[in-house]
Amino acid sequence: MEQQPIRRHIANAYVIDPASGFEGRQDLFIAAGRIAGRGEAPAGFAADEYIDAGGLMLCPGLVDLRARLREPGEELHGDMQSELRAAVAGGITSVGCPPDTLPVADQVSVIRHQLGRAAELGLARVHPLAALTQGLAGQHLAEMALLLAAGAVGVSNGDRAIAHSGILRSALEYAASLPATVFLHSEDAQLGKGDMHEGEVSTRLGLPGHPAAAEAIGVARDLLLAELTGARVHFQHLSSAAALDQLRPALLRLPVSADASVAHLHLTHYDVGYFNTHAKTCPPLRTHRDRDALRAALRTGQISAITSDHAPWHEDASRDTFHNAAAGISGLDTFLPLVLRLVDEGVLSLAQAIERVTLGPARILGIPAGTLAVGAPADLCLFDPEARFIVQPQRFHSRGKNTPFGGWELRGVVRQTYVGGRLVFRGNED
Amino acid sequence: MSPAFPRLGGGNPQLRPDGRLGHLLSIEGLPERILLEILNTAESFLQIGERAVKKTPTLRGKTVVNLFFESSTRTRTTFELAAKRLSADVLNINVATSSHNKGESLLDTIDNLMAMHVDGFVMRHSEAGAAHLVARHVDQDAWVVNAGDGRHAHPTQGLLDVFTILRHKGPVDQLKVAIVGDILHSRVARSQIHALSILGCPDIRVVAPKTLLPAAVEHLGVRVFHDLDEGLEGVDVVTMLRLQQERMEANLLPSSNEYFRQYGLTDKRLERADPDAIVLHPGPMNRGVEIDSVVADGPRAVILPQVTHGLAIRMAVLTSLAGARDRDLHRDHG
Repeated sequence: MEQQPIRRHIANAYVIDPASGFEGRQDLFIAAGRIAGRGEAPAGFAADEYIDAGGLMLCPGLVDLRARLREPGEELHGDMQSELRAAVAGGITSVGCPPDTLPVADQVSVIRHQLGRAAELGLARVHPLAALTQGLAGQHLAEMALLLAAGAVGVSNGDRAIAHSGILRSALEYAASLPATVFLHSEDAQLGKGDMHEGEVSTRLGLPGHPAAAEAIGVARDLLLAELTGARVHFQHLSSAAALDQLRPALLRLPVSADASVAHLHLTHYDVGYFNTHAKTCPPLRTHRDRDALRAALRTGQISAITSDHAPWHEDASRDTFHNAAAGISGLDTFLPLVLRLVDEGVLSLAQAIERVTLGPARILGIPAGTLAVGAPADLCLFDPEARFIVQPQRFHSRGKNTPFGGWELRGVVRQTYVGGRLVFRGNED
Repeated sequence: MSPAFPRLGGGNPQLRPDGRLGHLLSIEGLPERILLEILNTAESFLQIGERAVKKTPTLRGKTVVNLFFESSTRTRTTFELAAKRLSADVLNINVATSSHNKGESLLDTIDNLMAMHVDGFVMRHSEAGAAHLVARHVDQDAWVVNAGDGRHAHPTQGLLDVFTILRHKGPVDQLKVAIVGDILHSRVARSQIHALSILGCPDIRVVAPKTLLPAAVEHLGVRVFHDLDEGLEGVDVVTMLRLQQERMEANLLPSSNEYFRQYGLTDKRLERADPDAIVLHPGPMNRGVEIDSVVADGPRAVILPQVTHGLAIRMAVLTSLAGARDRDLHRDHG
């Protein structure tokens, strides 16, 4: 690992910078960990290293809103070293880290540990989200101000909806006065108990269903509370057309935003097949109509970020009955290729796709990333857009091999990743 | 499009590459020929049961484990008897009693049994998909029969139900069949619906209040009725499902009294059906809740023949899976 950032001249890459709207062949110059120039070398620039990036694409390092690093407490499934290595191997230079660790991030020591460990590792940047309520139990407010002061970028209740509207109101009011963005998983806690989307597949498999209405009710309530409290609310991983119908009018008048997981943009409840526990997600995969609605909202920008929603699990967590199996997909290794597939399927333009995984999520997290502006930190992803490969979970960098995308043929292989001008990942050419 | 074969999913997991039955996990997705083969074999076994010497050597030297994580009387005993009549060694393991097995996982239990060179598993579990999980896990030459998994499937029950219907009413492609009651929680209903539709039954009805119907149930190829009289109109077969007390506690129904008034099968309600209609019930019955004793013990009920047929069906299934179906035996007794 490089200790000191060196001056670099990355030549001939096809540059995509969503912040300025630039897309085209351009040289890029790095000095002192920042982007020193684009196009023409800055005056007096002498590169220590010249990189011919002909045939490659260069974009800001990806920002993943939500990746579970499993540290502290659940290292069986992954740790910061394994998961951050997977991140940079996937071109991801900033990750939002949900508070659902063990113990949960309702203690300053957890946030400090994550930030300290991230600095030690020098891989991707870690942006912890603090717990909204103690133990994520939805009953007592967590020490949000102290946790933010320790370095958390926002507050979240993980994947657990707060059932009690009065407590959620307090939490939102308190967060609004800090101020802090509140990341919510919205659903009606009683209606949302099923194992998979309620529809023809749950009926066939005899699995208790989780109706789309559970999510729509949650979003509707949480929007009303956002309005009541003035809180800035971000809706995590929306999954249904019904929830989007609730969100759409509110986007015009409230400081709210939403993301979608890349799995929900590709898969439906039919992918559960014969009890495939790797297709168990939270919220569940829904119908083609829901997937198309998510794609449309992504195109219009109503959904402004795509996340891997990375949830690595040890194999044993998946080798169980569908009800008992852990929910979530190990998503870092396939994140960029699955986003590029949205381009191939005509959902987004290349520039839009890159924007939704760089600038879009950076804005939601409130971090200075996702741009190639001169003077910005040199967090970069250099990838070969034409390199094709078959997804082989056993070759994932992540400790979690749990993916329903095994066997898919995708394109887009990361060649180099830079964080603050330092090379943190270099892939094989073949 | 890229192949979307999930690592744990894949194609129909109960068929072998040569198209024969590898496991019996669900009726869904089975070809008609496999159903007919099992039904025909069961027909021949039915006659063995009436002889003084009831055993055949089909599964001699094989070991079958009845692994029940949920209590059962009828299904477990008929599977046990079926295996014994085929001369197999039978091991009965009831895990239900020991509060989920002292932390030993389902697959560890299976591994231990496989280490004893067991040939086949008959398993019941409270969770949907448990039999699929085990079928993916066992050795290549071991086989799994699903004897009920959560609300998902109970394929031998579905087979014995259609076997009973065929014997009493003839080919199902001329019949109207109504299934009445708690479809939502019923693996019996799902398996019977699949079996009937594979065999070409043109009119399958489910009769229940919405609280006892799964979402999008019409996708299973059934017509939905909320009124019992309408649902029974002119049908040839009525299957009554057991109603559990928990349904009232979960607020799916106001009371068992109201349920009986609305959906209980009485002589009077049965007048709506065809005069020669038969009545099935998978057991155990709740007399006075879903069915009146006058009907249950009456001439239209075929509830006890269902049990007899269950034995023959289970012998046929074990025979088919053990791959030891002996044509000589078939000629002698068929």
